[in-house]
Amino acid sequence: MQGRRQRELGIQALLAAALLAVLWWLLDVTAANMAERGIRSGFDFLTEPAGFAIGESLLPFDSADSTLLALAAGLANTLRVALPAILISTLLGTLIGLGRLSTNLLLRGLCTAYVETLRNVPLLLQLLAWYFVVTDLLPLASEALQLTPHVFLSKSGLSLPWFGGDGSLIDLPLRGDMGIVGGAALTPEFLALLLGLSLYTAAYVAETVRAGIQSVPRGQSDAALALGLTRAQLFRLVLLPQALRSIIPPLTNQHLSLTKNASLAVAIGYPDLVSVANTTLNQTGRAAECIALIMAVYLILSLLTAWLSAWLERRSGRWAERS
Amino acid sequence: MNQIAATQAWLRRNLFSDAFSGLTTLLLLGGAVYWLPGLIDWMLLQAVFEPDAAACQTVNHAGACWGVVAEKYRFILFGRYPHAEQWRPLLATALLLAVIFASGMRLLNRKFLLTAWALALPAFFILMGGGSFGLTPVGSDQWGGLPLTLLLATMGMLLAFPLAIMVALGRQSGLPLLRGLCTLYVELVRGVPLISVLFLASFLFPIILPQGFSIDVLLRVQAGIVLFAAAYLSETIRGGLQAVPGGQHDAAAALGLGRWQAMRWIILPQALRAVVPSMMNSAVSVFKDTSLVTVVSLYELTGSLSLALAGDAEWRSFHLEGYLFIGGIYWIGCYSMSRFSRGMESKVGAGATAM
Repeated sequence: MQGRRQRELGIQALLAAALLAVLWWLLDVTAANMAERGIRSGFDFLTEPAGFAIGESLLPFDSADSTLLALAAGLANTLRVALPAILISTLLGTLIGLGRLSTNLLLRGLCTAYVETLRNVPLLLQLLAWYFVVTDLLPLASEALQLTPHVFLSKSGLSLPWFGGDGSLIDLPLRGDMGIVGGAALTPEFLALLLGLSLYTAAYVAETVRAGIQSVPRGQSDAALALGLTRAQLFRLVLLPQALRSIIPPLTNQHLSLTKNASLAVAIGYPDLVSVANTTLNQTGRAAECIALIMAVYLILSLLTAWLSAWLERRSGRWAERS
Repeated sequence: MNQIAATQAWLRRNLFSDAFSGLTTLLLLGGAVYWLPGLIDWMLLQAVFEPDAAACQTVNHAGACWGVVAEKYRFILFGRYPHAEQWRPLLATALLLAVIFASGMRLLNRKFLLTAWALALPAFFILMGGGSFGLTPVGSDQWGGLPLTLLLATMGMLLAFPLAIMVALGRQSGLPLLRGLCTLYVELVRGVPLISVLFLASFLFPIILPQGFSIDVLLRVQAGIVLFAAAYLSETIRGGLQAVPGGQHDAAAALGLGRWQAMRWIILPQALRAVVPSMMNSAVSVFKDTSLVTVVSLYELTGSLSLALAGDAEWRSFHLEGYLFIGGIYWIGCYSMSRFSRGMESKVGAGATAM
């Protein structure tokens, strides 16, 4: 027993030594390469002026502001598209997941077709297609489609009524010869990303919801119906509380994937964190620093989500016990 | 008479079981009547099938312009590969697809299958790269389209697999340092988006590697995909390892097998068999994820489509038809893989896949 323990310690010491040697060698080579190519290192660029503009931003930003602020604006943009997309994909996905369990053949077929189509085509391709549809196939702003009164859809994006800034309670967009004036405008990049992420993730959410509900033993439904519960009651009081326990962990995983997938924004020019970091990388040449920043931010988001998921799981457990 | 009653019963059960179901049926049928004619009109009746840009402009999106596919299919499928030599990527793609198909359908027994792979992969590289057998050399910067997509996905899975097994075993190791390293690798990679790993491969690998040891971008990106896929795959395999009942370990030990022998002959085969469906899901993800390499300037299927259309003023307004075309190719690949996985699932048995 003693011998085995010593051997294990020996192996680990060797492993640690080998690892340190490789790391040392890599750092040495990297330092030599960087010196030769004149690449500087360090995070000092974060406080220098960014020198580039950001297409749209929740935070006020212009090119004289620091790179750190640019990256923060990028992160805010990531969250601005990811949070509504999480909401939409969860609602739509739940409906489609339930549709796949419907007794109605047509509805079931339609929902299955949706899931099988959206899941089996790369998200990047879907994003590019949505972006093309918005920017190329929609009419010009002066001939914008009117979806409902004061909601306009055109090449320039979606215009919505919004809270007025100067005294008026509400600011209504109006269509004129020069395009659309007033209201809040969602850019084509934002629209395409929101639409693409939501619809793609909804297919995965649907599968999660379906699997969760099917994981509840059939006897539970039979017993509930035998007790005289209606289908709606059966669903709300028996199936959902039990299904939630197996739905929530994979569902939070889907939300996390969605947030990571928001990084595909770089392909259609929406200034999310990765896009801004990519621009910074090209301007400053600080590849290692920029990539480390992207990874660190996403790791923190992952940890936060894992923590939130554990909390939700505890709560849903309690809720299931109570009802 | 019986027939009619049976049909009525079927209709009632499947379409009109209650008021809500009936309403849904009517709504969906109404939607179909409203939308389908327009869709068929656009896709077929008013569509232009000849590679005639003027005709497509005249139709002006009232019908699909499939002519764009007829005109550009070689560029879309093979990228910038020299036009006269495009029989080579075609043959290479067919070869690789044939081996993949034979593996999935179990057309060959294990020995022949290994031989087939051992022959097909070098043949693929010789056909694509040239330089021997009298083939003109074609640099990997000119590879593109479908063969590149297939190469990245296939090699990604093939190379990620052994790495994933090692990492999964490492996470079960009794050595805390090894276990910690493997866990760190898996959690790190799974926590970040693939794009950041591709950036790492494309921008950082050249700085990390010694001078004169430069490897081309295709290889670097392939390495990035392998590292990314292996992290996800190792979690799947770890699930399989945990699902093997403890009694199997004890029985193997009682038979006098050592730890590694037991792993090789008893535990791993059961663990891997149990997770074949989940591994197929990983394969589908890797196949779809290859589209991201277009962000680091490799022109696989998605990239070569943009390359083919973006610079061409005559055809650029017909991107949508191009997207539908390559979307169809991706769909066929992914759908057949997931069908295959579902077939395996029923073969493996519900018990093994419950975890």
